[in-house]
Amino acid sequence: MGMVTSVTSLGKNGLYDWVIQRATAVVLGVYFLCLMGFLIATPDLTYDQWQAYMSSTYMRIFTLIALISMAAHAWVGLWTISTDYLTERQLGAAGTVLRIAFQAVCALATMVYVVWGIQILWGI
Amino acid sequence: MVGTVKSQRPVNLDITTIKFTPQMIASITHRIAGVAIFVGMAFLIWGLGLSLQSQESFDALKECMDSVVAKLIVWAILAGFIYHFIAGVRHLLMDAGYFETLEGSRILSIAVMIVSAVLIVAAGVWVW
Repeated sequence: MGMVTSVTSLGKNGLYDWVIQRATAVVLGVYFLCLMGFLIATPDLTYDQWQAYMSSTYMRIFTLIALISMAAHAWVGLWTISTDYLTERQLGAAGTVLRIAFQAVCALATMVYVVWGIQILWGI
Repeated sequence: MVGTVKSQRPVNLDITTIKFTPQMIASITHRIAGVAIFVGMAFLIWGLGLSLQSQESFDALKECMDSVVAKLIVWAILAGFIYHFIAGVRHLLMDAGYFETLEGSRILSIAVMIVSAVLIVAAGVWVW
């Protein structure tokens, strides 16, 4: 263990990332099904119905968990992609710089999504 | 680096010379859908905010959703979710030890594409 490590990966090694990716995937999948189920079941959705549904304690907590799961899931996924394609082998000397820049943009966007989402959740 | 074990390994990862199999297409499209969803999240959170802010902003968003462009964007994001979801189930199945043979994984990859295509068409009908 510990042979292939990277300071930018989310977990300590690939096995941690693998587990994080699967666990968050299940959370996000269930959340997607719940939300789609509600939207399909209520075709003529009114503002009051939607507001009541999303401001319920259950949906607030579930949405918060989904947001955090999205952040972890997206990070592991985007990290995997960036370390596969944005490398010195693929892009030459600029590879490492481009990879770190890409990861920085992804990290920033992820944080914006989470904070923005929490702001919306707690504003209603 | 010359002389290390790593540098002496034969490498052929030239994508232009590799014949694409259904498994590879399922894998790369899973990745593309993932990146697309990440970008689409900005639209979704923006829409979530408008939909919950007030009755007026909810109505404005609903009106905005009547346009073809808005419907196309929503459908594209939904398509991304559907494909990423189904292809994700493929990963979980293979993690659990199913469809791991060459032929099995080929069939599973084709199944992923067929199931996704059907659901994406259904999503399009639902959006319109």
